[in-house]
Amino acid sequence: MSNLQGWKDINHACMVFHPGNASEYHTGDWRSMRPVIDREKCIKCRICWAFCPDAAVRIGENGEYHIDYDYCKGCGICAYECPREAIEMIEEC
Amino acid sequence: MSRREGLEISAACAEAVALADVDVIAAYPITPQTHIVEHLARKVADGLLDAEYILAESEHSAMSCCIGSSAAGARTFTATAGPGLALMSEMLFVASGLRLPVVMALVNRTLSSPLSIWGDQSDVMSVRDCGWIVFFAENGQEVFDMTIQAFRIAEDERVLFPAMVCLDGFHLSHLVEPVEILDREEVDSFLPPYNPKYRLDPHNPTTMGAFAPPEFFSEIKKRQDEELRSSYHVILEVWGEWEKRFGRSYAPLSQYRSEDAEVILLMAGAFAGTARLAIDRLREKGLRVGLASLKLWRPFPREYLVDALGRAEVVCVVDRALSVGGAGGPIANELRAAFHDVADCPRVVSFVAGLSGRDIMVEGFMEMMEKALSYARDEEMPYYEMYGVRE
Repeated sequence: MSNLQGWKDINHACMVFHPGNASEYHTGDWRSMRPVIDREKCIKCRICWAFCPDAAVRIGENGEYHIDYDYCKGCGICAYECPREAIEMIEEC
Repeated sequence: MSRREGLEISAACAEAVALADVDVIAAYPITPQTHIVEHLARKVADGLLDAEYILAESEHSAMSCCIGSSAAGARTFTATAGPGLALMSEMLFVASGLRLPVVMALVNRTLSSPLSIWGDQSDVMSVRDCGWIVFFAENGQEVFDMTIQAFRIAEDERVLFPAMVCLDGFHLSHLVEPVEILDREEVDSFLPPYNPKYRLDPHNPTTMGAFAPPEFFSEIKKRQDEELRSSYHVILEVWGEWEKRFGRSYAPLSQYRSEDAEVILLMAGAFAGTARLAIDRLREKGLRVGLASLKLWRPFPREYLVDALGRAEVVCVVDRALSVGGAGGPIANELRAAFHDVADCPRVVSFVAGLSGRDIMVEGFMEMMEKALSYARDEEMPYYEMYGVRE
């Protein structure tokens, strides 16, 4: 919390003068359960990528799947939908 | 040159709004506010006022329109009363949070139930914490003056808050009184065109009304609170300029014979006019009594009240609003809180009277003041008393 703005530095009326900055807010902080992909089981079917409500499933240059934990809220939809049960939800500690 | 004219006070309010050259009026007609918006609608229809008149489908929508137009940089006015205010209450908080200088005439009407169209101040007290600047007018001239002042204060870059001018339903709104109407040049010299520092502009996109997570919300509200409080100094400054230009003085309290008073009657709105007669009658009987008529409710003028009322033995507060199941009249309550850490402060006696248009006569004010003195001296003071209620 220490690097957050104090009340005198907050913009007038909480206005946002630089549109499109929502990406600076890392909603991954909300997560209590973390999805972890088992690459051995993953068949790269893109079901998790399609279902993720936060577009937090990313496909790397070599076609490998990974989760963007800056924005993954841990909803578990990917793990529920995965036809190979290749995604496990693990408690954040 | 200004002209003195016999006018229904609702018409005087509409004259002030027209002289302020508003850009947008968004309203829903509701008794007893209707005449204000009728006058304005006619002015727009007759081409006498170059403004958009939006007849909204509800007060919630009316205030939403006001928020949108003010955010776009338009000088914006609305008027409502009682239940209308209740319906727009969600958006009142938004207008203040967004720091939009909307001006509203609130024609005070009681909240149902029982159904009532008559006046009291239960409406404004129900939105006490909405973050608007709140003025109380006592007569037609004050309604006219405060409406123009409200635009100037609300739009000041050091303020940027919405402001409402309260006038009692029927007792003011439907009363014909002589009012000095300023001319266009006089108003223009006092109220410059609105040149918003912040506004929605497609060429310079900004976001208003953004989402704020818990780690920011309190800081945002802290800033809103601090800045509403500091608008007090701008209000006094603007009132000072008004007096210099037009000769009529304004202060958080209008006081009458209160300098050496043992008992000061404190109240807000039109009934203070009647109370002045009661002060004279009690003075004739040898009682040292005075009146303080509250003009500014938000920002709450705590220090001013403590200073102005602190020397009295008793402050007899007459609230035209009941906090049902609560701790006394709203003004009395806040005055008690203001005095809580002041040594040798007056006893604050709380009466609730004049609900839903019931008149308080001169004798009524006399009786309340005499009762207040006896309660304070005998130390058998009820927490609050609903005055004049039949057993």
